[in-house]
Amino acid sequence: MALLPLVVKGGYYLLVLNIIAINGLVVLGLNLLIGFAGQISLGHAAFFGMGAYFSAIFTAMYNTPPWLTLLAVMVFTAAVAYLLGIPTLRLAGHYLVMATLGFNIILYILMVQMEYWTGGPSGFSGIPPLHLGSFPIQGDLHYYWLLWSFFLAVFFVSLNLVDSRVGRALRAIHENELVANALGVNTERYKVIIFAISAAYASLAGSLYAHYLSFISPKTFDIFYSVQIVTMVVVGGIGNLWGGLLGAAVLTALPEVLHAMRDYAALLYGVILMGALVFFPEGLLPGLVKLWSERRSKKVLLSE
Amino acid sequence: MANNDTLLNLSEVNKQFDGLLAIADVSFHLDSGEIVSLIGPNGAGKTTILNLISGVYPPTSGEILLNGEGISGLKPYQIAKKRVARTFQSVQIFQDMTVMENVLLGLHYRLRSGFVKGMIHWPAERKEEKGAIDQAGGTLEKLGIDHLAYRKADSISLKEQRCLEIARSVVSSPCLLLLDEPAAGLNIRETEEMADIIQGLRQQGLTILLVEHDMNLVMSVAHRLIVLHHGLKIAEGSPEEIQRNPEVIKAYLGGTQSAKR
Repeated sequence: MALLPLVVKGGYYLLVLNIIAINGLVVLGLNLLIGFAGQISLGHAAFFGMGAYFSAIFTAMYNTPPWLTLLAVMVFTAAVAYLLGIPTLRLAGHYLVMATLGFNIILYILMVQMEYWTGGPSGFSGIPPLHLGSFPIQGDLHYYWLLWSFFLAVFFVSLNLVDSRVGRALRAIHENELVANALGVNTERYKVIIFAISAAYASLAGSLYAHYLSFISPKTFDIFYSVQIVTMVVVGGIGNLWGGLLGAAVLTALPEVLHAMRDYAALLYGVILMGALVFFPEGLLPGLVKLWSERRSKKVLLSE
Repeated sequence: MANNDTLLNLSEVNKQFDGLLAIADVSFHLDSGEIVSLIGPNGAGKTTILNLISGVYPPTSGEILLNGEGISGLKPYQIAKKRVARTFQSVQIFQDMTVMENVLLGLHYRLRSGFVKGMIHWPAERKEEKGAIDQAGGTLEKLGIDHLAYRKADSISLKEQRCLEIARSVVSSPCLLLLDEPAAGLNIRETEEMADIIQGLRQQGLTILLVEHDMNLVMSVAHRLIVLHHGLKIAEGSPEEIQRNPEVIKAYLGGTQSAKR
């Protein structure tokens, strides 16, 4: 992957790769929530948007240091998710879906209406770039390194988490919450914390996105982005972090590839999505791995 | 009845589900190191009592004391942390995990590492994890299923799954173990093996409350029996006493409804 930019010429392809890293971060957090705590959020675009708008407003209007702002916004977004999670995650059933859906809609309205702060429907421009020391990070290539470094670091940390006492408890909650509770797992607390962590991932992605593109507008953070992120998790493989990366890559690149089809782009996108879900209901990556191992065992049988 | 050795004490416990009185004024106690068996026909309220003790739901009235401390109203995970472990009537293991991971979950509340240490695989976290795996392996060995440690839990037999569930509940060395029909669905030979396992736990000094239908198993392992019928405690005593009790025989074999409460 480090060599990819040498092969990939032109800012356009780098842009797509960079967006994959950003979407990948949001998908990663949501996959921890859906795949390991068994809860669905339809409001991750709102947390993504909180990261983007707060970073933009504070660094552009008040000249706060970008890295510190990014960190503070992450903590703040996690805290908001935590408070949102306490009443909804205590209830059995999918109340979190409703709460996050509502939250996303409210936040979208705020982005559009609070023109003084957000620039309203026409968006917020002039967000300063990030610096490493005195070295400014500018252009698609710089951001390629930055975004993918962040993605890999968070990916690594998440893989560790899944392979730990906490990860085991989360998988137990996903499989059977009552039994997990009977074994001494404070299920409510775990669900709320993993929800806050997944919101923090989205906020990080949002802040990076704002600094990268230097322009943001509410349209990016509407409910459709939330749905898209959930789709990436489902297509890639629920509870499979590598699968989530594949889902983010495929569904981010697909519309770009299909651009050439012009009028048929939406149709083809739908057909491919449907095909993926029909033929790989457990997700692309787990499905492909299964297919591959079946073929291999068949070959072994035939060669004997 | 209750003395210094009393581990668990239920006094006048009632449980009402809407119109149905599932448990009516049931009182009994368990001493440390004792194996007490709850028996009774289907629907007598045996599992309800286990659910009340383990905090699945609170009693409508009455008190449940563990080491003299009230535990009714606590959540299941809080009661688990007070070292009360249980198994379930229909095996409840995590099918998508390995046998080892299932047992490690039994150690969950004894381990410390949280989110941050898990994320960076902090050395102390790795060390704790290794120690836990050793401990879990030892428990699996005692129950004779250590060769299955890295198999997926849904790929082993029912008997092995029941052993796994017991391994998961005893790995943390609980002070009280609630067993809900550990021999259900097992054949005669497997039931005998299960009796040996429970004997082994008894020799380790574990206090066990055993719900079971298999009378041979119950009579061979229990120090004391409590008989429930329609939510009422109708008898209590040694296995010999219970076998001779006319009230118990009537409850099991039918006959005219007893007017006596």
